[in-house]
Amino acid sequence: MAGDSDSIRRAKEEWAAKVDKGDEKRFATVSGVPIDIVYTPADISGLDYMRDLGLPGEFPFTRGIRHNMYRGRIWTMREFSGFGTARDTNQRYKFLLSHGETGLSVAFDFPTLYGRDSDDPLSRGEVGKCGVAISSLEDMETLLDGIPLGEVSTSMTINGPAAVIWAFYIAAAERQGVASERLRGTIQNDILKEYIAQKSWLFPPEPSMRVITDIMAFAARHVPKWNTISISGYHIREAGSTAAQELAFTLKDGFTYVEAGIRAGLDVDTFAPRLSFFFNSHLDFFEEIAKFRAARRIWAREMRETFKAKKPESWLLRFHTQTAGCTLTAQQPENNIVRTAFQALAAVLGGTQSLHTNSMDETWALPTEKAVLIALRTQQLIAEETGVINTIDPLGGSYFVEALTNELERQAYEYFEKIDALGGMVKAIEHGFPQREIADAAYRYQRAVDEGRRTVVGVNKYVLEGEKLEIPILKIDERVEQEQHERLARLRQRRDNQKVKRTLDDLRAACRGKDNVMYPILEAARAGATLGEICGAMKDVFGTYAEPPMF
Amino acid sequence: MARKLRVLIAKPGLDGHDRGAKVVARALRDAGFEVIYTGLHQTPEMIAEAAIQEDVDVVGLSILSGAHMTLIPETMRLLKEKGGGDILVIGGGIIPKEDMEALYKMGCGRLFGPGTPTAEIVEYLKQQFPELTGGQ
Repeated sequence: MAGDSDSIRRAKEEWAAKVDKGDEKRFATVSGVPIDIVYTPADISGLDYMRDLGLPGEFPFTRGIRHNMYRGRIWTMREFSGFGTARDTNQRYKFLLSHGETGLSVAFDFPTLYGRDSDDPLSRGEVGKCGVAISSLEDMETLLDGIPLGEVSTSMTINGPAAVIWAFYIAAAERQGVASERLRGTIQNDILKEYIAQKSWLFPPEPSMRVITDIMAFAARHVPKWNTISISGYHIREAGSTAAQELAFTLKDGFTYVEAGIRAGLDVDTFAPRLSFFFNSHLDFFEEIAKFRAARRIWAREMRETFKAKKPESWLLRFHTQTAGCTLTAQQPENNIVRTAFQALAAVLGGTQSLHTNSMDETWALPTEKAVLIALRTQQLIAEETGVINTIDPLGGSYFVEALTNELERQAYEYFEKIDALGGMVKAIEHGFPQREIADAAYRYQRAVDEGRRTVVGVNKYVLEGEKLEIPILKIDERVEQEQHERLARLRQRRDNQKVKRTLDDLRAACRGKDNVMYPILEAARAGATLGEICGAMKDVFGTYAEPPMF
Repeated sequence: MARKLRVLIAKPGLDGHDRGAKVVARALRDAGFEVIYTGLHQTPEMIAEAAIQEDVDVVGLSILSGAHMTLIPETMRLLKEKGGGDILVIGGGIIPKEDMEALYKMGCGRLFGPGTPTAEIVEYLKQQFPELTGGQ
């Protein structure tokens, strides 16, 4: 068939001359990649099946990372959730687990994400609002009360203070009698994308990278089943990037962690298998599927060829997916159920290992029980009713999907070159390069929506005049902040404050020297030091970070 | 020549969602206004201070963290206290309708929810400040 490329190309050109192709500009992906009217073998004439696609579970894993994919095991259904106090959220977890959810995913409030206690002056008004407030080991124990940590896997979206929150988790499991070797889960711990997009950093990049390599070394020894970094494109995309930017910046962040690990003296095959990824599943159905496939192929190739990893587990790009929160609309919120279903389907056809489906009410607030149940049911429908899981990578071999996969890969390598020319990702971030690329893309998108060149159903087209919000909205009680203040006051009174001080001094010493910081953090956590106190001790040594404001 | 409308776009609190703030800042600049962006993690004190130092006409607060009922009134109170009571405070983000009503009663300017075209914000400011925006 490959030999026919020229004749197919000629035939397509003759055919295209006779056809009205419509306004070319209208037919592009949501990221602006132009899409042709039809694809043929000539569009993928260079494709070498075994080199570029291979079989599922085999290099380069384009078609999927497992030999049997969903025929072996359905992806993990993991609804990101957290609100109010640890007790409120604990009840939501039990609700979700009892309705068929298979893994936990913790959403922390802003103070926690910034390593601040609920009673910190900067936390005012934000305690328990966008997630659950966790200021101490005691809070973590309440959060996980009655949940068997030896069985459930837990993903925690935490970055700047990841080491501390992880220590709370390990210590809480200890108190449940579960050894750290048995724990399964993920800490996001992807600080580079914080500087790029999510903006919840604590320290400057250099010490942040050091803490991350300490975490990788600690995990390899004591928590071998834990995913130590979830290299995340999700927030990059939410900040307004294109699909190619999400792909490129995320993979480049990943390579940067691998380089840091190798530089810190770790063998790549000891930590690379514990790196996992987290992508967005956005509106453009085929572009997203192509993005996931390209990600696997690029990662496998670079890990094997550039970083000389020898274990196949080091080549695998395992990923979690969340549907795109930024595509949800406040208007006609029920439509979000449908948007989310399409995005979830793209993630599944793209071979995701776990999935969060957004709830219809999330532009307004954290989801109600009813809304989150519909979101979970959406996944169950895809898994058990649609039949899409019967065969692996059903779109593999589609002329279009393969051509688009190649195109996204090409664009990613273009960005890798630009970033390398700036001296690598950390330097590029300091230059504001990825931040500016994303802000430009976000503005282009907004202009397209404002000018009606891009349709957002219910917002700039098919608008309901005088629409009234008809779905219930979850309200976070203001008592949460007060309760947290009282809880912390009691803790500070009850604990051995001399011991807390000693453990924090030990931590400062480790930060100044070269010892792994995880050990003293764990000691401080066990002694009852709070999140803010532990992060404060680290800031004493590492300093803080502020980004130059630009728009 | 008349001076231009000066707008301070600010991100109060710990909320890191700055996509909207940046898009709005650019749109207002493209509309011919002078725009200053504070960057992230500002306290109401820092914002009020910056607004007065920069002698702005408008402060635009972007809040997606649910902390609007704390941060907006506090910023308005501090502006008044520091002699910037005539500065118009507007906002954008995830703000439920009943909270919007309560904030309007406190004297807050327009609050823009998700899905607002940037042109609507520009139009609103032109109506409020015709002499500084070339309007009537």
